[in-house]
Amino acid sequence: MADNDQLQVELVAADRTVWSGQATMVIAKTAEGDIGVLRNHMPVLSLLDDGVVSIDPVDGERMYAAVDGGFLSVANNRVSILAQFAALSDEIDVEAARAELESAQAAGDDDEDAANRARRAEVRIRAAEKAS
Amino acid sequence: MAVSLREYRARIKSTESMKKITRAMELIAASRIIKAQQRAQSAAPYARELTRAVSAVATYSNVDHPLTREPEDPKRAAVLIVTSDRGLAGAYSSSVLKEAERLAERLRGEGKDVVTYIAGRKGEAYYKFRNRPIAQSWTGFSDQPSYDVAHEIGRTLIDAFLADEGEENAVDEVHVVFTRFRSMLVQEPTDVRLLPLEVVEGEEKPSNGDVLPLYEFEPSPEEVLDGLLPQYVQSRIFFALLQAAASELAARQKAMKSATDNADELIKKFTRIANQARQAGITQEISEIVGGVNALADAQAGSE
Repeated sequence: MADNDQLQVELVAADRTVWSGQATMVIAKTAEGDIGVLRNHMPVLSLLDDGVVSIDPVDGERMYAAVDGGFLSVANNRVSILAQFAALSDEIDVEAARAELESAQAAGDDDEDAANRARRAEVRIRAAEKAS
Repeated sequence: MAVSLREYRARIKSTESMKKITRAMELIAASRIIKAQQRAQSAAPYARELTRAVSAVATYSNVDHPLTREPEDPKRAAVLIVTSDRGLAGAYSSSVLKEAERLAERLRGEGKDVVTYIAGRKGEAYYKFRNRPIAQSWTGFSDQPSYDVAHEIGRTLIDAFLADEGEENAVDEVHVVFTRFRSMLVQEPTDVRLLPLEVVEGEEKPSNGDVLPLYEFEPSPEEVLDGLLPQYVQSRIFFALLQAAASELAARQKAMKSATDNADELIKKFTRIANQARQAGITQEISEIVGGVNALADAQAGSE
């Protein structure tokens, strides 16, 4: 630990590290509900839902990121968030996400794949809106 | 002689344009390979964190998961062969295919049926030409694989592995054959058994001093493992695809480099022959002229 009152956070997507740094708090949405992680949190390994993860970096404003499922693992004041897709709010193309949402909704309700896509597009839009 | 001189000039010209093409391909491969290596590097954190998480679960809970269970009597084995989409990469595809043949031979020797899955157009063509059955193939991404492809391949293989005995496509083992990127000069075809998973890997073991903490699992160890292991499999496949992509580009660069060198040699050789032919033509012309002059002189001398 660089400084003893911080969390080392790694937000990792399948093909890149999205964000990595020191933070004071991380909030994520797990399969069982929202979880907030502060320093000295007990070790947890949990499944995440598609949702918005917010990170309070040590310096700077709160950041929001959209993740598609994935995991949260906390141990020794190290938080890793793993997801196949993850993007910070300022990387999200809201227009593209809106278009995606519409096309997915148009595909119908009984199509599971389309429903997933719609949910993910929604998460992206939400993350981008929260940041603005 | 004049005809063949022209022929040689034409050959030199075509060799020169071929050289330009191979040189361009060499440079393209060289620039892409850097990108491929960067992609492999940026995918590493995900694989590392995932491995940490998987070994944490494996160490702190005694969960028996279908993906890690050794079948008692393995009868069918799936082999995923990662080849390239395009040729002109030297022995790249053929050495992967050879390695796959060896693996298939070994599996058959152990009394297992082999089911083949293929990534890349070259491998597909190889199997189609020989009329061998392919369970499924994926093409069109070999030099820059995306995670989506790995996801899809992983899904298919896991489904096949989890399918019940007797079902079509059900397999008891999954192997992957791909080319490992050791360095720019060395790429070796390797086969790895993907499923059933052997979870704790030597390369990513936590060091001894770094004791893994007691984890709490949400919602439950089983469900976490359920979510983790398929991801783990997919990330392994993604790793294989990225390695294969880097190897393919390295092999292509090497092959194109030697093609360019060969073209250089050929041009040199043809230029020499062409010069010789030109020289011979000139010599002949001179001797014809001299002969003609002599004949004229002789005729004049005779008439005087």
